[in-house]
Amino acid sequence: MTMPYYVAPEQVMKDRAEYAQKGIARGRSLVAVTYDGGILVVAENPSRTLHKISEIYDRVAFAGVGKYNEFDQLRVAGIRHADTKGYAYSREDVDARSLANVYAQYLGQVFTHEMKPLEVEILVAELGRTERDNRLYHISYDGTVVDEQETSVLGGEAETIAGRLGQSYVDGWALAEALRGCVACLAGPERVLGANDLEVAALSSGNGRRTFRRLEGEELTALLGA
Amino acid sequence: MSLYVFPPGDDPGPSFSGLLRLVQPAAAPLERPGSEGLEIRHATTIVALRFGAGVVMAGDRRATEGVSIAHRSIEKVFAADRYSAVAIAGAAGPAIEMVRLFQTQLEHYEKVEGTALSLEGKANQLSQMVRSHLPMAMQGLAVVPLFAGWDLARGCGRIFTYDVTGGRYEETDFHATGSGGRDAKTTVKLGFHDDMSRDEAVELAVEALFQAADEDAATGGPDPVRGIYPIVATVDVTGFSRLGDAEVAERFAAVAERRGSSMRRGTSQVSADWPGSDGGSDQP
Repeated sequence: MTMPYYVAPEQVMKDRAEYAQKGIARGRSLVAVTYDGGILVVAENPSRTLHKISEIYDRVAFAGVGKYNEFDQLRVAGIRHADTKGYAYSREDVDARSLANVYAQYLGQVFTHEMKPLEVEILVAELGRTERDNRLYHISYDGTVVDEQETSVLGGEAETIAGRLGQSYVDGWALAEALRGCVACLAGPERVLGANDLEVAALSSGNGRRTFRRLEGEELTALLGA
Repeated sequence: MSLYVFPPGDDPGPSFSGLLRLVQPAAAPLERPGSEGLEIRHATTIVALRFGAGVVMAGDRRATEGVSIAHRSIEKVFAADRYSAVAIAGAAGPAIEMVRLFQTQLEHYEKVEGTALSLEGKANQLSQMVRSHLPMAMQGLAVVPLFAGWDLARGCGRIFTYDVTGGRYEETDFHATGSGGRDAKTTVKLGFHDDMSRDEAVELAVEALFQAADEDAATGGPDPVRGIYPIVATVDVTGFSRLGDAEVAERFAAVAERRGSSMRRGTSQVSADWPGSDGGSDQP
């Protein structure tokens, strides 16, 4: 019988984290900010149909970066969690915190117990009844949850983008202003991102019960150009 | 609650009822009722008709338990999603539960798949729900929905009716069901013509409910004392919209005005023939 090689747990975790980070860094980044009408999520995504941002429930949205099949599985699981909860209890009982917790548990579980960690970083955003109640939960590949205020950046270049966003963020800015600010931060000084490179959605209280709305086509072009 | 991730073979896909059966069997709709002969609540008359640019759906507000009124302001017409409406007649409890499941199912599908179901797809989905309810229907808890909506692909309003076995039938113009359904349907049938305007269609639906309430004890008419009026909703290219109570009240008042004079005449003629009534008092 051959003995397995001993590998220090620290090394195992480090290797896994590195593996996940590398996978995430391969994809494009994503920015979420609060604005005067709600929460805006802007992702760099050339595809019209393979979404990074999605509706979870009336006031909850999901966004993911990294490996598409992995965060899409999480997205569907999130919709299931929210819909079963809302059906069993009431629509008001569905919130982002509880969803962020189950995501964190699942990601943590996979990170420590499975062969391969999930190469994803996800965001669960909730539009509060008042601006103070807006929630942005940023969950990493290892299950770490960060409850962020006002802005959140996901992806390989998160630090650089967050640096730019920190400088340009204005509390209570309007939709068009917020959108252009986010796009500029995502693009950086050397690039220009047009409507075709972006996926944009907002949680806005003006949209009725289901607050999630995609901004696309002419509306997006107009907002970017104005 | 945990995160519902399934291996490919067991995955329920975008089906919400399938998911519910897997993860919360207790919350899934009952397929076997406890006992027979219960006094249960019944929802009564609903009507739907097509007009040039959409469909109108209306339902009275009464629920009955045997011969007594169980509820005066129950709702029987619901928005199934943005472009469709569902109305219910029959056992109120399971019917409302079915509507809730149906609404959740449509939204669930839309969110998981990223696109909404076609109108035909929604109608078939409801058909499956009615069919899975058949064991309860056999024991007297029948639920018969009426489904109507705006078909975005074809650009027209469509109406679907069901029987207890889940049979799904498309109506070309109008349908009414429930205890006062016969009277309502006859009224619509007499007043219906092609290319009706929205206003005409709403008026005809209101009149149908008025006539049903006049003939059927289980159907509630307009109740100005309590301010309870039947629900009237339209679905067209802009989506589902429910008429305000004030507008419905106005329309009922107009119908009562128009029909009332002939009804009053009928009553006074009868009383005139009775000896001792006002009409005959001056006779020797």
